Amino acid sequence: MEMVSTMDQENEVRECRNVVCMRGIVKHFPGVLANDHVDFELREGEVHALLGENGAGKSTLMNILAGLYRQDEGLIEVNGKEVKFNSPRDAIAAGIGMVHQHFMLVPSQSVTENILLGLSEPRFRLNLPHYDAVVAQMAEEYGLHVDPRAKIWQLSVGEQQRVELLKMLYRGAEILIMDEPTAVLAPSEIDDLFVTLRAMTQKGKSITFISHKLHEVMAISNRVTVLRKGKVTSSGINIADTSRAGLANLMVGREVVFRVDKNEQEPGDVILSVDNIHAENNKGLKALNGITLNVRAGEIVGLAGVAGNGQRELADVITGLRKASEGQVIIGGEDITNLSPKAGIRKGVSHIPEDRTHVGTAPNLSVTDNVIMKNYTEEPIGKGWMVNDTAATKYARELKKAFDIIVPNVHTSVRLLSGGNLQKVILAREISKKPELLIAMQPTRGLDVGAIEGVQRLLLLQREAGSAVLLVSEELEELLSLSDRIYVIYEGEIMGEVADGDIEKIGLMMTGMQMEDIRLQGEKSNE
Amino acid sequence: MSESMTSNISPKGRFPFKLKIEPRLKSPSGWFSSMLSFLAVVLALLVGAGIIAAAGGEPWRAYAHIARSSFGSVGVFSDTMVKAIPLMLTGLACTVAFRMRLWNIGAEGQFFLGAWGASLVVLAPILPEETPQWIFIIVMSIVGIAMGAIYGFIPGFLKAKLNVNEIISTLMLNYIAVEWNNYFIYDKWSEGGFQMSKVFPRNAWLPRLADYAKEIPEFRGLTVHFGLVFAIIAAVVVWLILYKSQWGYEIRLIGDNPKAAEYAGIPIARNIILVMSLSGALAGLAGMSEITGVVHRLQGHISPGYGFTAIIIAWLAKLNPFAVLLVSVLFGALILAGREIQPSGVPTMIQGVIMVFLIASDFFMRYRIYFARRKEE
Ligand SMILES: Nc1ncnc2c1ncn2[C@@H]1O[C@H](COP(=O)(O)OP(=O)(O)OP(=O)(O)O)[C@@H](O)[C@H]1O
Ligand SMILES: [Mg+2]
Repeated sequence: MEMVSTMDQENEVRECRNVVCMRGIVKHFPGVLANDHVDFELREGEVHALLGENGAGKSTLMNILAGLYRQDEGLIEVNGKEVKFNSPRDAIAAGIGMVHQHFMLVPSQSVTENILLGLSEPRFRLNLPHYDAVVAQMAEEYGLHVDPRAKIWQLSVGEQQRVELLKMLYRGAEILIMDEPTAVLAPSEIDDLFVTLRAMTQKGKSITFISHKLHEVMAISNRVTVLRKGKVTSSGINIADTSRAGLANLMVGREVVFRVDKNEQEPGDVILSVDNIHAENNKGLKALNGITLNVRAGEIVGLAGVAGNGQRELADVITGLRKASEGQVIIGGEDITNLSPKAGIRKGVSHIPEDRTHVGTAPNLSVTDNVIMKNYTEEPIGKGWMVNDTAATKYARELKKAFDIIVPNVHTSVRLLSGGNLQKVILAREISKKPELLIAMQPTRGLDVGAIEGVQRLLLLQREAGSAVLLVSEELEELLSLSDRIYVIYEGEIMGEVADGDIEKIGLMMTGMQMEDIRLQGEKSNE
Repeated sequence: MSESMTSNISPKGRFPFKLKIEPRLKSPSGWFSSMLSFLAVVLALLVGAGIIAAAGGEPWRAYAHIARSSFGSVGVFSDTMVKAIPLMLTGLACTVAFRMRLWNIGAEGQFFLGAWGASLVVLAPILPEETPQWIFIIVMSIVGIAMGAIYGFIPGFLKAKLNVNEIISTLMLNYIAVEWNNYFIYDKWSEGGFQMSKVFPRNAWLPRLADYAKEIPEFRGLTVHFGLVFAIIAAVVVWLILYKSQWGYEIRLIGDNPKAAEYAGIPIARNIILVMSLSGALAGLAGMSEITGVVHRLQGHISPGYGFTAIIIAWLAKLNPFAVLLVSVLFGALILAGREIQPSGVPTMIQGVIMVFLIASDFFMRYRIYFARRKEE
């Protein structure tokens, strides 16, 4: 038996003319089979998309290719030669570089320093200006615009991603793996990224690209491989031979509805009222410039806008994580401006933060510890001065089941969860509290199409149950299908409010045009 | 460019293998870490034996002597425990702070302040000499704990309000604590020109087993004192706080991700102050129990660096309060043995070697080392 199988493999090996060939990859984690005999091929100069549900094993497979994990079984070939990676170093030496779902940069150091970090090249004295120039030139070449001298903490997420890419390119990567690169990007940044990716493939580099957004996959990739529960369900099909619905079906194994229906419903009292809020961002610059808006019970209010126009700061001010320099936040009739986050939590505010690893979860603590974060003092989990472990575990198990969180058991550290499952942990915690007010920042980011559908349903359920929901999203489609009204934010100001889902108006306001101006223009052209 | 990526330790060419060191991708299992610590101690003893032999000594006799002089009889074991008590309490002090990733390296200073606070009760005097023993113990504990707590509160407050790095502030405060004590023993409470206070009245001593020798003859000469009860109670309390209480949950959460804790509505500044105060209180209790259980007067040199050894103990015990008790007994034994066969300096050397090996074993926990064939490259 064994003889035959090795011979088979050898035959296949000889046939393989791709830059990367992964054959029969198996990877176990305690309690999960993350990859179950997965085959994967990457051709030179192509963009190959990897699709699959949350926890399907996409990141695991790519981590194996990038030398971060070692496969239990199976073999990897790069440029026709079998390789055994013991570390990311070995992988990068073979020309394989990976940009992770969560970045790995040193915040206090400059872009150039981060790129050079860990290299033996500049040995003793670091001639930074020289390397700044090298980095700048490389950035130019691939359209990765970023200031080499800027410190990482000053950069937006999109810029940090470019640094990660530059880091890999500088190390001579010919094969790039990008794990959900677009999840953290604004639409315009996504376009920039795609330009970069095309520039790279033109220079003969090969790219693997993980995403949950099917339209992106359709737009950028040449071929696609779909994983489901650790197994390949379709391998290397040409993008031209498939459709969005077809891919979705392959991923989740059933038809996916891309639109959810919401019922007509009269909203109730004003729950959240934000009045003329001014605030600064982390760099001490003006981020909010007199924001006024309100959300009533039983309605979903969307906040549209390109990322970085003050959405995060606004959510922070409402939830008490950031001080406002002027203005008022009133929740349920009570002024909670500049009070602690606790005050908001007591008033029934739930918050799905934008940054799930740095703000939303404690990575080394268990799933249980992470889901009880906001009710550990409440019965039955809080008992007197103690935490009732049994009740906490039971609660975590319930949430795991209700939200379909894929994890071997609730004692697992959340750092071991797949990206989408981590998001589900946060969602489970925040939504199960039956909030008065839910501030949801990009709640479906990183989720697979099936899970997105589930979350959108949940948001609508909150609405039916009478919660006030402020939904911040960059997905216009999502905003339009869920929201009763939409505000548009631009450079810390509200440009206007749209209740009829007029996509054109929203688009104009997102680029900084005031509602009034649009109306005036409209009247003019009517005359 | 790509060649420069692999680390290369052995000289190129001759040797067909090369040593590679890589960070571990996942943490090794529990038995591995226990095995490794055990192995480290065994190896350290072997290396120590080699050194003793090289110096012309007889290693096995030296070891037997050390073992006998710290565990050989009830009497010496009792002495070992006496050395272990302050280590247990200061070790717990560090454990509490380290859980929240507050690097309190000021247990030494807090220990001194605890000792000073206990002395204050007798020497100020707060209570008259003829006060009953139980009142003395209660008041001295309270004042000792309070002084240690205040001394922990200061760096906690500085960090919480002004973001002063606690490593530096606690380290500095250690020196101030020693000088503070010196001022009192040189000047205020100096007894007959010596740099020490008068001996405390018997009522202000913690009870020792030896005190009950009249009723139970087996206790004759046993110096182990009531501080051991303090240490055990403290370990239970610390365990309850860290692993069972809501406050312990907050401490763990802040330790792992302060931003998430803030987001969950947990006041971080307040917890920094509270945890530092609790840590200081435990170290203060250590000082109090040492001064009233062993020294019985305020003087210089009341600690051979208990507060610093405590850092290593907390770390080796992996921040488990009960493990702190056990590790402290081991270190207590080494300190005691060091006193017993002082001139040879052997126990101190062994202590050093064990330490080096344990620290090295931590390296193996984090990295894996293996030989790779050159051909594989
Ligand atoms: N280091 C690890 N230890 C234990 N389990 C792990 C580890 N890494 C991943 N897993 C588990 O393996 C499975 C596959 O995870 P993986 O991260 O590959 O999913 P994914 O396809 O990338 O999902 P997502 O789209 O949510 O990012 C999940 O159930 C995950 O919990
Ligand atoms: Mg993933």
